[in-house]
Parts: sequence; C-alpha cells; structure tokens
Amino acid sequence: MAHGPKPGITRWLYTTNHKDIGSMYLWFSFAMFLLGGCMALVIRAELFQPGLQIVQPEFFNQMTTMHGLIMVFGAVMPAFVGLANWMVPMMIGAPDMALPRMNNWSFWILPFAFAMLASTLFMEGGAPNFGWTFYAPLSTEYAPPSVTFFIFSIHIMGASSIMGAINIVATILNMRAPGMTLMKMPLFVWTWLITAYLLIAVMPVLAGVVTMMLMDIHFGTSFFSAAGGGDPVLFQHVFWFFGHPEVYIMILPAFGIVSAIIPTFARKPLFGYSSMVYATASIAFLSFIVWAHHMFTVGMPVAGELFFMYATMLIAVPTGVKVFNWVSTMFRGSMTFETPMLFAIAFVILFTLGGFSGLMLAIAPADFQYHDTYFVVAHFHYVLVPGAIFSITAGVYYWLPKWTGNMYNETMGKVHFWLAFIGLNVTFFPMHFVGLAGMPRRIPDYALQFADFNQIASMGAFLFGAAQLVFLFNVLRTVRGGNKATDEVWENPQGLEWTVPSPAPYHTFSTPPAVR
Amino acid sequence: MATESSYYVPEQSRLPIFATIGLFLTAFGAANWVNGGSSYIFFAGALSMATVLWFWFATVIRENMQGLNSAQLKRSYVWGMGWFIFSEVMFFAAFFGALYYIRNFSLPWLGGEGDRGSSNILWEGFQNTWPLMVTPDQAVSGESAKVLGPKGIIDPWHLPLLNTFLLLASSVTVHVAHVFLKKNKRQGFNLWLAATVVLGSAFLFFQVEEYMEAYQHLGLTLESGIYGTTFFMLTGFHGAHVTLGTIMLLIMLLRSVIAHHFKPDDHFGFEAASWYWHFVDVVWVGLFIFVYVLGA
Repeated sequence: MAHGPKPGITRWLYTTNHKDIGSMYLWFSFAMFLLGGCMALVIRAELFQPGLQIVQPEFFNQMTTMHGLIMVFGAVMPAFVGLANWMVPMMIGAPDMALPRMNNWSFWILPFAFAMLASTLFMEGGAPNFGWTFYAPLSTEYAPPSVTFFIFSIHIMGASSIMGAINIVATILNMRAPGMTLMKMPLFVWTWLITAYLLIAVMPVLAGVVTMMLMDIHFGTSFFSAAGGGDPVLFQHVFWFFGHPEVYIMILPAFGIVSAIIPTFARKPLFGYSSMVYATASIAFLSFIVWAHHMFTVGMPVAGELFFMYATMLIAVPTGVKVFNWVSTMFRGSMTFETPMLFAIAFVILFTLGGFSGLMLAIAPADFQYHDTYFVVAHFHYVLVPGAIFSITAGVYYWLPKWTGNMYNETMGKVHFWLAFIGLNVTFFPMHFVGLAGMPRRIPDYALQFADFNQIASMGAFLFGAAQLVFLFNVLRTVRGGNKATDEVWENPQGLEWTVPSPAPYHTFSTPPAVR
Repeated sequence: MATESSYYVPEQSRLPIFATIGLFLTAFGAANWVNGGSSYIFFAGALSMATVLWFWFATVIRENMQGLNSAQLKRSYVWGMGWFIFSEVMFFAAFFGALYYIRNFSLPWLGGEGDRGSSNILWEGFQNTWPLMVTPDQAVSGESAKVLGPKGIIDPWHLPLLNTFLLLASSVTVHVAHVFLKKNKRQGFNLWLAATVVLGSAFLFFQVEEYMEAYQHLGLTLESGIYGTTFFMLTGFHGAHVTLGTIMLLIMLLRSVIAHHFKPDDHFGFEAASWYWHFVDVVWVGLFIFVYVLGA
C-alpha cells in the first residue's frame, strides 16, 4: 500500500484519500464562490443607479438565477463537504472515509455538473432566468431551452450529494475509534451526521421536482398546469419541502465549526454540549414541517398559514439554545481574538441578526408586506454570508495550520476579517431598509427613492469581493510556506485532530487511536 | 493487508473518474436528446456508465473474494445500501405527496370548494372528480381542449390485482432463497431465486400489457391530464425500479449458477439486491392502494 501521495495529476484523478478529496472540494468551492461572486457584482453594478446601465433585463435575470444556484450548490455545500472530508475521519479516529472510491466519485461529478450548468450561459435563449427557486410555470412553460440542461445538472449534483451524505453517515456510524461514543463526538461530527441525514431525505425530493418539470416541459404531463388539473403551487410545495431542510443543510455544519472554535479561544469547554446535540436534532426535525412559510402569500387555508407560522417560530427555541451556549462559553473565558475567533464571534452576532429578521418574516400577516422584497434578500444573506460563509472561512483559518503545517499570516487574516465584516454589513444592512420601503427583489431597475441605499450596498459588495482576494492570497502563501505550526497549533485545543502532527500525515491513523 | 487490528485503505482507483465521465455524458446526452438533438451522446454515456459499473462491481467482488474486506468495511456497505434505499423512499414520497396534494387540495379548489375555491372562476363548469375524466381545460373548451382526460381507467381488480399477487409472492420466494443460502443449500437457493426473477419478469410483462391497454383502448396516456400524469409517473418509476431490481437479482442468480459466488455467512451482494426487491414490493402495495384502488 502506498504511504504518500502519488505524483502528478493522477494523484487527484484517481485518489481515494479523504484529505486529497477534501482539498479538491474546498478549492472547487472557492472557485465557484468567486464565479458566483462575480455574478453578484454584475447584479450590484447594475443596481448602483436606477435605470438600465450595464446589462439587459434578460441577462440580469440570468445573473440572479445563476448566482443563487452556484452559491448554494457550488460554493456553500461543497465547502462543508470538503471540511467534512478533511476533519470527520480525523475527529473520530478513522483512517479515511468509509467508502473512499465513492467519495472521489461524489467529488468529480461536481465540476462536470457545474460545467454543464455554466454552459447554459452560452446557449440559445441564454441561461436559466427564473430565479434559483425555479418556480413553475416560469421554469416550465416560459423557460428557455437551456432549462433541460439545468434539470440534468441538478440531477447529477443531487446524486453527488446523496452519495457524499451516505458516505458521511457510514463513516460516522461505523468508523469511530473504540471509545468514541456518540456523545463524545465533536459537535462538527454531530452536526454533519444530522446534515447528512437531511441531505439523504431531501435531495431525492429535489430530483423528483425537477423530474416533474422535465415531464411537463417535454412529455406533456400536467403536474404544474391547471389546464390539465395540476397546480403551479404544487411546485412550490415540493420545492420547499426540499428547500427548507436545504437551508439547514447550509447552516448546521456551521454550528459545528463555531462550536469547535469558540471553546478553543475562550479557553473553556463548550457550554451545554448535550443541549447542543439535542438542539441540532430539533432544528433538523422542525425543518421538515415549516416549508410553506416561504409561500405565505401564494394562497393557503388560514389553518395552514397559522400552522406554518407557529412551527417556524418554534425553531427560534433550539436556535436560541445554541446562541445562549456560545455566549455562555465565552462568558468569563480568557479570550483571545485570532482570525478564526473573530469570524466565529461575528458569526454568532450576525447570524443571530439574520435569525431575528427570519422571525419577522415568520409572522404570516407581516410577511405579506415583506414577501419578495429586498428585506427577504437581506435576511437570507445575513444567515448565509456571515453564517455559512464566515463559518467556513473561520474553519479554514482554524484548521489550515493542521492541513499545511504552516501558520497563516495573522495580520493579513485580520485585514481580511475587517474588510469582509465591514463589506458585508455595508452591502446587506441597507437592504433591510429598501426592502421594508417596498423595493422588490430580482428587478434590474428601481424607483428613485431607493437610489442612495442601493449605491451604498453596491460599494459594500465590491469591498466584500476585494476582501476575498486577501483571503486567497493568504491561503496560497500558507500552502507554500510560512512559520511552522506546532502539532497543537492553538493553546490546548480539544479533539483528536490536534494529537496528530502538523501537517497531518497522508494517512492519519493506521491503527485506532486511544480515546479518553 | 487488512487485519483486525489495522485499518484498510484502498489503492488509487480509476473507476470514479470514468464513472463521472459516463454519468456526465448520460446526463448531457439525455438533455441534448430531449431538446431535439441526436441521441448518440446519451447512448455512448449509458454504455460507458454500464461498463464502468460492471468493472466497479467486479472489483468489489474480487476484493471480497480475496479476503481484503474487513468486517468494518462490510458494515459500511450495509449502511450504504440501507441509506440508498431510504433516499429512494424519499424520491417516491415526492410523487405520492404530489398525488395527495392534487387530490385533497388543488382539485377541490379548482372545482370551487374550500378556501381557494375562487380558482373555479377561471375554469367555469369544472367539477372535481377522481379519477379526473374531464380536465379543467376540457370543461371550458370542450373537445377542442389541448389537454383531454382519459376515456377509461385501469380496473384495479384485474391485472393490478394479479400483479400484486405476483410481487408479493416474489418477496416470499426471494426470502426463501435467502433461507436456503444461509443453510448452504445451493440448489434450493438457485431455484427460488430463479422463481423470483420469473415472477418479477411476469410482473413487468403484465405491466406492459396494462400500459398498452391504457394507450390503445382507454385513451389513458401521460398527456391525459393529471390522472394520466400521476398514474404513469408513479407506476412508471416503480416499473423502472422493478426492472432494475430484476436485473440485479438476475445477476445474482448468474453469479451463483456460473461462478458459485456467495457463502452462507458472506453474501451481502445478494442481500442488498433482496432488500431492494422488498422495497419495490412495498412501493407497489402503496401504489395498489393509493393509485389503483382508491383511484378507481
């Protein structure tokens, strides 16, 4: 058996190594993050002033759609899978993922799927232009021909996600070192176990809904057409049955990362470990019974509106438990503020803010006012950017010394943090105001009174984009060299990953490690 | 290489990247084909996908025969198959859920009942019935409508009832085969497994018969409104899964007869296929009740 990586390109093409595959996931995700980010900058450049300046409305619609799809399926999800690949086997004392060949298959599908999705930009009629939620009949009767390629790319990236999730479940349930009982697992492992379960449960539903679209478009079925007895609203129900668990798929692993970082830099054990586990499981359960809060205005029986409203508000309880635990972990800790901790603290504060605007949106009668405005855009960008993206960034800074054996540049890390922190707040905070004042989302032009806030938001977006280049530069520098990291890297961090050398050897554990 | 005290990590493998290329060509080719392009890419993709899967399974089987697979790795395969079947359950759940929503919410509303009954204004004269023989379009435009309902539907108490017996029996036969295998009675195993494959094929034969009846005599097609849509999508996806399951079991049979694979205590390949078979059987029971009996 080979003990080190093979030379050349075949190392990456044929690999069965969880670290190689994790790195590929992370680099792929960053590439998609930049691509989706550039699309966001096209949107923000167009919205810098009222009136049509830079792009045509048709292309603007393609940008909003592709930005959403690429960020959700190409940037956030693969980044978390990459972190899971790198960290889960190390954290539970396993040699590798449970099914290493399937692991590589799960990864390699993604570049092909996204190449197919991106190729629609160059097709006749343009790329998908119906929003990342692809509501019927916009995405069926009125869709460009490229929608078929969109459907099949969703199919294969869904297959990739399901295989990846099955692999993670099998790894966590079957590959733990002796003594690593479930309630001793790091929270990142717990949150990923629950996330993987969500993925296996809802990605097939996404496959189902795009299949219904395909059949309606090409084979004359009537799922979403009232003329034949179907209902376009059916699309929204099936989509959001996938879509709401999907948003937790994008945040639960973030909870795990933050729960690893805060104790390290507060120098206190995590407050309320078991309540964190139960809260995560409760959030996952609730995510299956709240989907229609995305569609309060579509027309539903009042009983339905009330049920989905109260069920949604319930989510604030376990989420509140988590925020309470993070704050209590920091309470009277001897805190230091290295880059991962800065991102983690910003996560706690800004994610909570995004959660509060979510609570506002959950109130059905009030939602009639907010629905489809920039307030919604502000809300979900507050949970995704300082939520998902910041936690991924925090995780990368936190574990990068373990991966590369080198310390990143702390000053540059802090510069990155402050630029990103200021940039994102300047971008998304004003969106709350224009949203409440009635500016609709997904429209390339707007009324004059929204001009000032939109200008501010656009400037913030470019600042946030520039900040990511600092990040890229810092990571590249660390991969190439820098001050050597110790095996522990930080001051007395908890977890098996800190017991192995930095950089972690190509095969971490050849025999099961001892678990205290 | 793999002993009880150390972990097994496989060598590099070319299978995943070739499987990716196969899958990509299949998906891209399918999109190209239904968009009016040629079908060559799709068939090239499907062929390469099948080839890769052949070699992939051959590799897994060879590794196991060489004794490379630790008990832990075998458990991973078990977990993997179990969760794969769960994902399939959720795929069917989407379509059963759609049927439920159509029948209990959207059709009554279109027919003027309940909270959203005002949608009937758009389709004046439409009445909610199930099976839906007159589509909303037809209620408004008569025979010139674009979407016409079916003229008749499949009687659940003929072919579907027979098919229910066939599939339920096949679940029993595959279980009996498993019992024989565990007792190391090769002859009995082969015989009962062959019976299962025959029952599965008979089911598929009658299903095709039923579809021909629907298309040729009943005017019941994919395009005949929401009844035809839900009927064919649910039974069609089930039929596709039965086809796959029959192929799986047939391969298991050939492995046993030709290559003498499977041991009384080591036969997860067969067991996984039989789990899959029980799963398609359970889905059928759901279909028989919710699509055929309650749909008639």
